Amino acid sequence: MSKAFQYTGLTLSYLLKTAILIIFVFPFLWMISTSLQTYRETLSYPPTLIPALPQWINFVDAMSAGPFPTYAKNSITITLSIIAIQLLVMIPAAYAFAKYRFAGKNVLFSLVLLAFMIPGQVTFIPVYLMMADWGIAKTLLPQIIPFMSNAFGIFLLRQYFMQIPEEIVEAARLDNASEFTIMRKIMVPMSMPALATIALFSFVSHWNDYFWPLIMTDSAAIRPLTLGIAMLRETEGISNWHIIMAGNVVLVIPILVVYLFCSKQIVKAFVYSGIK
Amino acid sequence: MASIEFVRVTKSFDKQEVIKDLDLKIEDGKFTVLVGPSGCGKTTLLRMIAGLDPQTSGSVLINGKDVSRIAPGQRGVAMVFQNYAIYPTMSVRENIEFGLKNNKVGKAERTELVESISRAVGLYDYLDRKPSTLSGGQRQRVALARAMVKKPSVFLMDEPLSNLDAKLRVQMRIELIELHKKLGTTFVYVTHDQVEAMSMADTIVLMNKGVIQQEAPPDRMYRQPSNCFTAQFIGVPPMNIAELGANGVKYGFRPESANLSAEPGDELFSLRGRIATREMLGSETIYQVRSGSGAFMIKCREDLFAVDQEAYVGVPADKLNFFGPDERRIEARDSSYRDYLEALRGQRHG
Ligand SMILES: Nc1ncnc2c1ncn2[C@@H]1O[C@H](COP(=O)(O)OP(=O)(O)O)[C@@H](O)[C@H]1O
Ligand SMILES: [Mg+2]
Repeated sequence: MSKAFQYTGLTLSYLLKTAILIIFVFPFLWMISTSLQTYRETLSYPPTLIPALPQWINFVDAMSAGPFPTYAKNSITITLSIIAIQLLVMIPAAYAFAKYRFAGKNVLFSLVLLAFMIPGQVTFIPVYLMMADWGIAKTLLPQIIPFMSNAFGIFLLRQYFMQIPEEIVEAARLDNASEFTIMRKIMVPMSMPALATIALFSFVSHWNDYFWPLIMTDSAAIRPLTLGIAMLRETEGISNWHIIMAGNVVLVIPILVVYLFCSKQIVKAFVYSGIK
Repeated sequence: MASIEFVRVTKSFDKQEVIKDLDLKIEDGKFTVLVGPSGCGKTTLLRMIAGLDPQTSGSVLINGKDVSRIAPGQRGVAMVFQNYAIYPTMSVRENIEFGLKNNKVGKAERTELVESISRAVGLYDYLDRKPSTLSGGQRQRVALARAMVKKPSVFLMDEPLSNLDAKLRVQMRIELIELHKKLGTTFVYVTHDQVEAMSMADTIVLMNKGVIQQEAPPDRMYRQPSNCFTAQFIGVPPMNIAELGANGVKYGFRPESANLSAEPGDELFSLRGRIATREMLGSETIYQVRSGSGAFMIKCREDLFAVDQEAYVGVPADKLNFFGPDERRIEARDSSYRDYLEALRGQRHG
């Protein structure tokens, strides 16, 4: 009786998990499937799930529909610069907030949190005007400078740093380590899971960003991949879904690769419970 | 090698004074133990020497030099923390080497130092292990090696043995005494355990509530406690202390200084009582004797009495201690000492 009950529960839980999996994975599969179909197949009813013959040519077509090497280069430059600069700003900031005592610390930290809560849509016009004013509107900088500091990252990393025992930092000071050495040799290695998580979130949100570059760019030379792919839609007035989806697959692959590299660290970051 | 001196040092945390106007001299090359109940300010004192939590006022001198403006890493002190504070992402070798690297010691010399120290503390085979794979005792050794390798002039240790099991603790105690003998440097060792203090120290500094109660070698600390607090903190069971009369003077004697007998003896102090409890510990037995003037713990070599039996407690004159109304020790040369002895003689048999 109770055994039957247990099996029913187990079955239900698997069914539920499968349902959730399908809901999340289906759009992905749909995207990949469409990216390999012919134009005719994309319009057919009922929709085809498995293309008759995978059309790898779609990828070639998508990538030759615009200056994609430039878009890719821009996306990579922007995203990597943002992550690199964010780490440089975030680590010392989180270290100071976690391990130093100074006047105004709480006020400053509240300001950081406040910045975290203001959406980009509120600030884009003044930021754009400011960038134009500085004469850098035609470079990649307007897509990098506003994201140099990552309030969410500072918050998360500070929490992580606070769990590192005070004595470890003090032992390092007694070992004549400079504050820079303490960050580089002790705080950072001990926080790899948190750093990987923050970097991944940052990577995903800036790699996929559409709104900000849409506002900040006016020429192909400085546009990232997201805009390039969005523009596939407009060629010849009809929706070439198979081409658009091929572009999207190209856009998503780097995220999957990065996730595969980071996933172990990310799981660690969430189960982290202190260092003995 | 270095001596340490506190001159009128005060330390407050958020306006609350933890240590006030403290003066203390720690001799060069000695094994000094700071002991006292939890929260009395031992760690605070140690951290001021290290420079981790500088004093609020007054000065700390190392080798006669005011170190108030010198960074922790430049003071020539090494510290072993209670929780070891080992760098968890570094191997044992990197842990030991870290201080040397920061001090720009060359690679060849570093390797040699790390290897000789790790051999000395028995970690040579573990140099490439991560701390998480080591036992508590081995981590303790990493912390020690990390301190030793810098050849500091002062070793600071904050309850370094409190996280070890009893057996290992006794073993490490002996190793630390030997280490001190070998290095001949100044050791400042903090503990709340008076047994540890008694067994390791050249000089004990006993503190209570941020105030130094007594500063003496273990035997003097035991035989001539300078006040009631010292008398009762050092020794197990603590010294028996009771009121002498109406003027607030107290007398006291150690549990093992008393003789317990069925008939009244001829000691100056003699008291009749009843055995209330008996603890047989093997080589000795501890009785609690209840009488009209209070309860006394008596330690005997032999196990001759049973609970509820009547017995006489006798203490010879030279084993008696007297404390004034301010709880301070009254020395034998003091003029009133004789009167108090006579008063006690007058109370024979209670
Ligand atoms: N960082 C601190 N902030 C506030 N109070 C502290 C701090 N460190 C120690 N204290 C207080 O100072 C007193 C002495 O502490 P401590 O030196 O750690 O005692 P011990 O090591 O003798 O147990 C305690 O009452 C403790 O509460
Ligand atoms: Mg302490």
